Amino acid sequence: MSEAEVLFQVEHVTRRYKLARTRLLGPRREVTAVDDVSFTLRRGETLGVVGESGSGKTTLMKLLLGLERPDEGRVTYSGVRLTREVQVVFQDPASALDPRMRVADIILEPVRVMRLPGDRQKRVEELLDAVGLPRDSAHRYPHEFSGGQRQRIAIARALAPHPRVLIGDEPVSALDVSVRAQILNLLEDLRVGFDLTLVLVAHDLSVVRHMCDRVLVMSRGAIVEEGPTREIFRAPQNPYTRLLLDSIPRLKNRRAAST
Amino acid sequence: MADALGVEDLHVLVGGVEAVRGVSFALEAGSRTGLIGESGSGKTLTALGLMGLLPDGISATGRVLYKGRDLLSLADEEFCELRGDRLAMIFQEPMTALNPVMRIGDQVAEPLMVHRHMGRQEALAAAMQILQRVHIADAAEKMRAYPHQLSGGQRQRAMIAMAMACSPDILVADEPTTALDVTVQAQILRLLDELVNEQGATLLLITHDLPVVASTCDHVLVMYGGKIVETGTVAQVFDRPRHPYTRALLDAIPPLDEELPDRHLRAIPGSVAGLGQFPPGCPFRNRCPTADGKCVEMPPVARVGDHLAACWHPVGGEP
Amino acid sequence: MRRLPLPLVAGGILVGLIVLVALLSLVWTPHDPDHVVIPIRFQGPSSTYLLGTDQFGRDELSRVMAGARNTLLVGIVTIVIAIAVGVPVGALSALYRGPLEEIFMRASDVLLAFPAILLALLFAAVFRPSTITAMAAIGIAFVPIFARVVRGAGLQVMEMDYVTAARTFGSRGWWILVQHLLPNVANVLIVQATIAFAVAILAEAALSYLGIGTPPPTASWGRMLSDSQDYLYQSPLLALWPGLAIALSVLGFNLLGDGLRDLLDPKLVVRAPAQA
Repeated sequence: MSEAEVLFQVEHVTRRYKLARTRLLGPRREVTAVDDVSFTLRRGETLGVVGESGSGKTTLMKLLLGLERPDEGRVTYSGVRLTREVQVVFQDPASALDPRMRVADIILEPVRVMRLPGDRQKRVEELLDAVGLPRDSAHRYPHEFSGGQRQRIAIARALAPHPRVLIGDEPVSALDVSVRAQILNLLEDLRVGFDLTLVLVAHDLSVVRHMCDRVLVMSRGAIVEEGPTREIFRAPQNPYTRLLLDSIPRLKNRRAAST
Repeated sequence: MADALGVEDLHVLVGGVEAVRGVSFALEAGSRTGLIGESGSGKTLTALGLMGLLPDGISATGRVLYKGRDLLSLADEEFCELRGDRLAMIFQEPMTALNPVMRIGDQVAEPLMVHRHMGRQEALAAAMQILQRVHIADAAEKMRAYPHQLSGGQRQRAMIAMAMACSPDILVADEPTTALDVTVQAQILRLLDELVNEQGATLLLITHDLPVVASTCDHVLVMYGGKIVETGTVAQVFDRPRHPYTRALLDAIPPLDEELPDRHLRAIPGSVAGLGQFPPGCPFRNRCPTADGKCVEMPPVARVGDHLAACWHPVGGEP
Repeated sequence: MRRLPLPLVAGGILVGLIVLVALLSLVWTPHDPDHVVIPIRFQGPSSTYLLGTDQFGRDELSRVMAGARNTLLVGIVTIVIAIAVGVPVGALSALYRGPLEEIFMRASDVLLAFPAILLALLFAAVFRPSTITAMAAIGIAFVPIFARVVRGAGLQVMEMDYVTAARTFGSRGWWILVQHLLPNVANVLIVQATIAFAVAILAEAALSYLGIGTPPPTASWGRMLSDSQDYLYQSPLLALWPGLAIALSVLGFNLLGDGLRDLLDPKLVVRAPAQA
């Protein structure tokens, strides 16, 4: 079977930030957020990027979105137009939607900015259907919806310009536990239905285990391990990965002494 | 074994609307109990209620029995003497729980000075020992640091140090690790485990994270819509859940050691209702796969199998 | 339907009253406010002259009414100047950050260091003192305050994920400014404007009092107050009317601002994440 088309080629990418000035004289301290990172993203796969705070996963996400440029190395997107074809869903449904805009306008914003053709009213209806929201949501404001519903609106917005790649930045961690599964199921349905390639940036390893084919494990800006999800979770090679996996509290692990 | 704390029919009202609607439970001395719930379940208000820390505009009725006294009937000054000394609480976000303009050492020393009437030097010396006990490296140096100079994990340790300084009988931890990285979370949970063991304290751990409860606690209380819907030991509740909500929560957790067909989880439909918007009767009624007409009436907490649940149609059939 | 906050209602009524009086005075006052009739000066309140007459025999009530016009004019023009300059400065600083922000903010700081009175004196010295110089001075003095407020609120907006999302689909600065930044700082701006209005009234009164504001014979509450000082023996009430007018308008705008803040802010509060 031939390998799927490569969508993203990330080659030896490094990104540094200058920290705020702490001394009056002398150069500002630098931190290397992403350190010599290389990987490929193929069409149709679901890639997980896991790491704790400071691992560089958020910066990597911004590099993929084109919001930042690498200081060294290259990020090559092989599609036609990155801004249209790569979209993002953020973690916090409360700050992801402009409270002063109606849902229809929120969802259509990318279409307007990119001046995409097509019947806009119809597009809104299609998208609301696709994410499981009633059509009359279009006239409402974000504060009238629950967290899970707002996340659906954010997903609809991301889908509006017909993207090929959807990047989720911890898309369910700010949601109620009983709602998370709905959104994860939705993402999976959309992936299949719209032929999307997903990148899930998460610190919640069980979400990554469940959704992703492949995983990149990041620590301090570098990829410490990468491979198929099943293998990484079953037999992690890198000590940090092992530490990460051992730290996950498990439903089946019970306290030794019980009353 | 004696109960360290007994809660009887606790109701908490937020601006006239009931957020906690008649909660009763007991904590055995030396036990660890997990209180599971999501937003709107009333778990945080329950915790604040039994600590006497409810903000203005929020009131509580019912009884909270500690060593034969009803805490809710105590005057403020009397409760203040117990808080920090016999009952302690730690919170989710250490940055807001710690005073940003006070050095760590002073903050940890504070409960010792207030409750043990130690002088400042003596209290600071004791504080340093406690900081070492919670595994803060370079404790001497950190004593003079401010909260913003510490990492998230260290701040949480400092908060635990403050809480455990007077060796309280009861420790209430409200989502203590939710804001932390997973490796730090593991360390903090281990620390809590050690300290609670060492001091023989009783732990009430509030969280929405079921695996955390499974691996840290002996007993579980599951709350939804201001009521307790299931309670029992961890083994009983997690291996043989009887309430549909508990069952649904367990189903919704992505498993770590297997792949699901179609990558689909069994999701609970709908979303958690807002304050005062739960339907009459069983609060889970509108999202429950087995609800029927009977559920308009709130089921009592009753024995189902080997533990207690509040449901007319428990999982696994009627008892 | 939410009950309106009391300060809003009270402030609204007071401000409404002043606006009505000012508008009315354009078409009608009991007597001509500038008509000098020396023989009847310093009269106390009577049926013809409800608030009495001033040192030139002019009807005090008519002058107070005409003064409302002046007050509102000053308030409006100064706020317009302050917003016209301050909002772009603040908004662009928040939007682009970097050297532009530095320049704008440091210039603001310099301007902030100048008390409005000093600026007014400067203008009065260079040009003739008039209502225009007073308004220009106060307006310019307010620019840094508005710039700061808009920048502060703007920075918060820029942190929001919806702005980052807008960037990912290629929005340029202009789109973000108009679509997201300005609408979301509007509330803060409105509140700031009402409060600044109150301060502007006081400032103009002070300038007129000092003689570098509205020149005679135009009715101005500040100058009326100042003039009344010389005649406290003959007619102490002459100090009461303009003073009361100033106090009530400042109170009205302050209450309105407070009420608006209470009304508008809760809707802007970002709800805590839905989880536990």
